[in-house]
Amino acid sequence: MKNPIHFTALKTIWIKECTRFLRIWVQTLVPPAITMTLYFVIFGSLIGSRIGEMGGVSYMEFIVPGLIMMSVITNAYSNVAASFFSAKFQRNLEEMLVAPVSNITIILGYVGGGVARSLIVAVIVTIVSGFFVELNIQSYGMIILTVLLTATLFALGGLLNAMFAKTFDDISIIPTFVLTPLTYLGGVFYSITLLPEFWQTVSQANPIIYMVNGFRYGFIGVSDIAPTVAIGVLVTFNIAFFVLAWWLLRRGTGTRT
Amino acid sequence: MTNALEIKGLRKVYRGGLVALKGVDLIVREGDFYALLGPNGAGKSTTIGIISSLVNKTAGSVKVFGYDLDSHINEVKQHIGLVPQEFNFNQFETVEQIVVNQAGYYGVSRKLARERAEKYLTQLGLWEKRDDRARTLSGGMKRRLMIARALLHEPKLLILDEPTAGVDIELRRSMWEFLTRINRQGVTIILTTHYLEEAEMLCRNIGIIDKGQIIENTTMKSLLGKLNIETFVLDLETSVNAPDIKSAAARIIDDHTIEVDVAKSAGLNSVFTELSEQGIKVLSMRNKANRLEELFVNLVEQGRETKEQA
Repeated sequence: MKNPIHFTALKTIWIKECTRFLRIWVQTLVPPAITMTLYFVIFGSLIGSRIGEMGGVSYMEFIVPGLIMMSVITNAYSNVAASFFSAKFQRNLEEMLVAPVSNITIILGYVGGGVARSLIVAVIVTIVSGFFVELNIQSYGMIILTVLLTATLFALGGLLNAMFAKTFDDISIIPTFVLTPLTYLGGVFYSITLLPEFWQTVSQANPIIYMVNGFRYGFIGVSDIAPTVAIGVLVTFNIAFFVLAWWLLRRGTGTRT
Repeated sequence: MTNALEIKGLRKVYRGGLVALKGVDLIVREGDFYALLGPNGAGKSTTIGIISSLVNKTAGSVKVFGYDLDSHINEVKQHIGLVPQEFNFNQFETVEQIVVNQAGYYGVSRKLARERAEKYLTQLGLWEKRDDRARTLSGGMKRRLMIARALLHEPKLLILDEPTAGVDIELRRSMWEFLTRINRQGVTIILTTHYLEEAEMLCRNIGIIDKGQIIENTTMKSLLGKLNIETFVLDLETSVNAPDIKSAAARIIDDHTIEVDVAKSAGLNSVFTELSEQGIKVLSMRNKANRLEELFVNLVEQGRETKEQA
């Protein structure tokens, strides 16, 4: 077990994580399908038909990629935050900490679980959207790359949140007060070109703008942000979050005495 | 013989300044059944936490089968099986999932882990419960599940932190038999317990820790040899007012029961002779308290008095 990644341990953590969210599928997979259906009905069909086109496509077609991305972000984050914090709270994280599992393996296992859940949810939401609009795909590569990088980034974010969290309230504060506002202001429902110039500049500090636009580019071929910039921002944040998570786990922040 | 565990100058100062360990030195030989005893807050769990790398040490060294915790942490972890004091498995997972997953963390393939799960769960009487969720198990079953989980990667050193707390006597005895068996098979065992009878019955060597320091580290035999006086409770056939026993200090407990403090060197024969001469028939006899318990209390108190005087 000299390698930094222990594959049997990684597979074990990943299977354990997937078993967890599949066991409680009513809590993990059904709610995003219902929420997104409501978004499609209200914002897409009812209100969207009065808005007309945005970014050169129908409003419905414009918001679908953003809503899929919103589900990916929420599910990747909450899966890892809830699971890792529960493991810490119930102390079954100790099962891994006493074993020769490297910190990188623990991170990859939990993040892998979060990514798996968010991708399943993304597929469900995409299928649901098919009932409302015919999706055109411009770049499969961009879609896959953006969704994977975004899911990984927010799974890492959930992990960081869970490491610092001391109570269950602490894992809902960031999603409520940071993640939700950033997502709603992240260009899911509108093109940032509609904003006054000052707010367009401010919006560029919101990392979610890059994810939503990169993903949308894969579908409609139009984006407020250059795709290469979007990917660059995602890769940078991923590396930063991964290194931070590894360093904190190595240090034992929130996990060891 | 190799040392299963070698601790030198182990210190732990918690954030906030609490000094939990003040330079612990301890050696446990391979194949030993070792008892680590101490009152609550003495430093037992901190010591175990450091050995199992759940607690970061402040200073000192820990070696497990020659591997240093600082430079060969994976080898150290691979050799240790830990049964913690509190239930720390996922209550929503099944018994089999818990043990198979634990083996996976140690690099054991799922196929081999399932074979071992059957072996150890059967030995511990849990195989029938393999598909039950952990939260539905009784307290005794949960304790046994933690032992099975710690053995799935077949460690050479098993550390049990109060494994029989809250377990009924019948189950406790079956756990003792199991632990004795695996110790005979070559697994070194370190046990902390509050049931001193348990330590006396199972362990060959013993360490007593108090206020972060080892105050006694010896064989069980030589420790028990330090006991000079034992107290026996005698149940008598006839009622007595004041037994006249010269060879031991006697006290009346009730009409038909007396307590006698007998010096080890004097033995019990003279007590029985004196009672017979007075026409008093003894129906039964038992030790008043666990022998080790008396010693333990004395040692801890002595240690504290010495420190106060110093």
